[in-house]
This record gives sequence, structure tokens and C-alpha cells, in this order.
Amino acid sequence: MKGLKMKKKNLIIIYFAVLLLCIPKQAFAMHIMEGFLPVEWALFWWGVTLPSLIIGLRSIKKKVKEHPELKMMLGLSGAFAFVLSALKIPSVTGSCSHPTGVGLGAILFGPTTMSVVGFIVLLFQSLLLAHGGITTLGANAFSMAVVGPIISYLVYKGATKVGLSFSVAVFLAATLGDLGTYVVTSFQLALAFPSEVGGMMASFAKFSSIFAITQISLAISEGLLTVIIMNGLTKYNLQALKLLHVLSKEGR
Amino acid sequence: MKKNIILLLIVIILGVVPLFIQQGAEFGGADGQAEEAIGKIAPDYKPWFHTIWEPPSGEIESLLFALQAAIGAGFIGYFIGFMRGKNKKVDEKGKKVPYVAD
Repeated sequence: MKGLKMKKKNLIIIYFAVLLLCIPKQAFAMHIMEGFLPVEWALFWWGVTLPSLIIGLRSIKKKVKEHPELKMMLGLSGAFAFVLSALKIPSVTGSCSHPTGVGLGAILFGPTTMSVVGFIVLLFQSLLLAHGGITTLGANAFSMAVVGPIISYLVYKGATKVGLSFSVAVFLAATLGDLGTYVVTSFQLALAFPSEVGGMMASFAKFSSIFAITQISLAISEGLLTVIIMNGLTKYNLQALKLLHVLSKEGR
Repeated sequence: MKKNIILLLIVIILGVVPLFIQQGAEFGGADGQAEEAIGKIAPDYKPWFHTIWEPPSGEIESLLFALQAAIGAGFIGYFIGFMRGKNKKVDEKGKKVPYVAD
């Protein structure tokens, strides 16, 4: 039994490793730069992120074991995050940033699964594209792979509960998850670099004007693109959505 | 389908409009600006760790980005085509075998 478990785990790891090797990761314009968080903060965020990664690995293992046919869907969630995080898009503030693409997978698989996927995306970005960094990976994973997916997941659940339509719920979830990621990034930088005048809040205002405001139009784009993919899934792969309990009526 | 095209158009408009309303802007990365902001708030701060490997040039970096997007988009295209094809097959057979990706 234990051997079997190990084998499955190895398979998952190999699966992602292969996926990732093929896909040099990307992008400039978000993520805290290598070495730009003081050591104690870098370690702190690593510590906060780890539990989510472990839970995520377990949940992936469990889901794939129960329904091996969901592997393709997992691949889709990963591929979507890769594409979106490769697109550096101009924003109304006159600078560029990129969407995160983790909202889709968070709605499909839940937030912890996307912690793992998002972490892998960030890892390869930092190794191959000098984007983000190894020391700041914990902090960046916390914003993009932990908090972003949690926001998306909760917003999706809440919106469906309130009775909003499927498309609107997906749009809000992906948009707010994306935006939330950058708000967290701003907050992390503000905590590490409180301004001499005005303290942490002044820094937060400064960083969020750089990251979060730039992100608004991109977050809307991400929301729309996520809706497009979801439309395709509901049309051609309803069964998988039911398996994942995504649709409130049919699920469970 | 029509709905998707409209959504896609909005995405494109959102990306193009900034180019017109911010004509003189540099459109650099937001992280570069954050670096500057840190320089102002904490002028004494020195990054204590440096990137292990950097793409040697802007061209190679954009190659890696393009490759990433191409491979990801390729997978998504394959997945959607695969789903469609499988759906059609089920329809033709007239069987109600719900399709699940494998």
C-alpha cells in the first residue's frame, strides 16, 4: 500500500516536472524580486506557504486517485496559468503586469491544489526567467498560489450561493483572486519596508499604487478569459465539472 | 460562441486602450517600479541574494516567454479539440456515454 502511494506521488511529481520542463516560465511585472525581502520576512513567508503546499499535494493525490480522468483537467488548469502568466499586458497606469491564471484551477480543484500548481509556475519563473526569486518564492507563492486561489474559491462559492449566474460567479472569482494576489504583494512589501514617514500604511499605499492599480484592467481580462474557458468546459466536458462538484445544482 | 467572441474582444480592447491613453508612458514592468520605491523608502537596503541565472538577452527572454505561451496554448487547444471530437463521437453513436477527459 505504501509502495503504491509512493508510486502515485512519484508519478504526480514526474507529471508536473515534465509539464514544467517544457514550459519555461515567465514574466516580468509582479512578484517580489530576488533578494528584495529581508531574510526574516523571506523565511516567514516560506513558513506560511509550506502547509498549504503539503495539503495541496495530498489533495491532488487523492483526487487523481479517485478520478484518474481528472488529470487532463489538472493539466488544463496548469496550462492556463502558464499561458496567462506569460502574457505581459499593458495597463492604464502606463506599466505592464501579467495575470496569474490560478482562478480557473481554484474553482475547479479548490485552493490548495492551485497552491502546488502556482508554486511550480513561480519556481520555474524564478529559475529560468529571473522573475521573482528563490528567496522570495515563499512570499510570492503566498500571494499568488495561496491567497489568490483562496479568494477565487470563496468568491465563487459565495457568488453561486447568492444566486449569481455561473458566468458571473466565475468572472468575479477569477478577477478578485487576481487582484487580491497583488494586494497581498503590496502588503508584504509594506510590512518589510515601512515608510519612515507614515509607517506601514504609507508604504502600502505606495506599493499598491504600483502593483494593485496596474492590475485592475488585467484582472478584468483574466476574469473574462476564465469565463471563456469555462464556457468551453460546460459545453464539452460537463461530466468532469460534475465530478469536481463545480456546478452547484448538478454537483454533490 | 458569439458570447465568447465578444468577451475576447473586450480583453483585446482592455489591452489596447492603455497604449492610447498613456501615450508617453514606458510600459515597463511593475516590479521594476517597486524596486525603485524600495530604494526611496529604504535607501540602505541591499538585496542579499542575487538571481542564479538570467536570460542572457532580452531576445532570449522573449523567446522563453513565447515558448511558454505557445506550449500552454497548444495544450489548451489540444484539450478543447479532444473534448469536442469525443463529444461528436458520442453523438454519432447515439449512446449517452458522457465524456470524461482521460
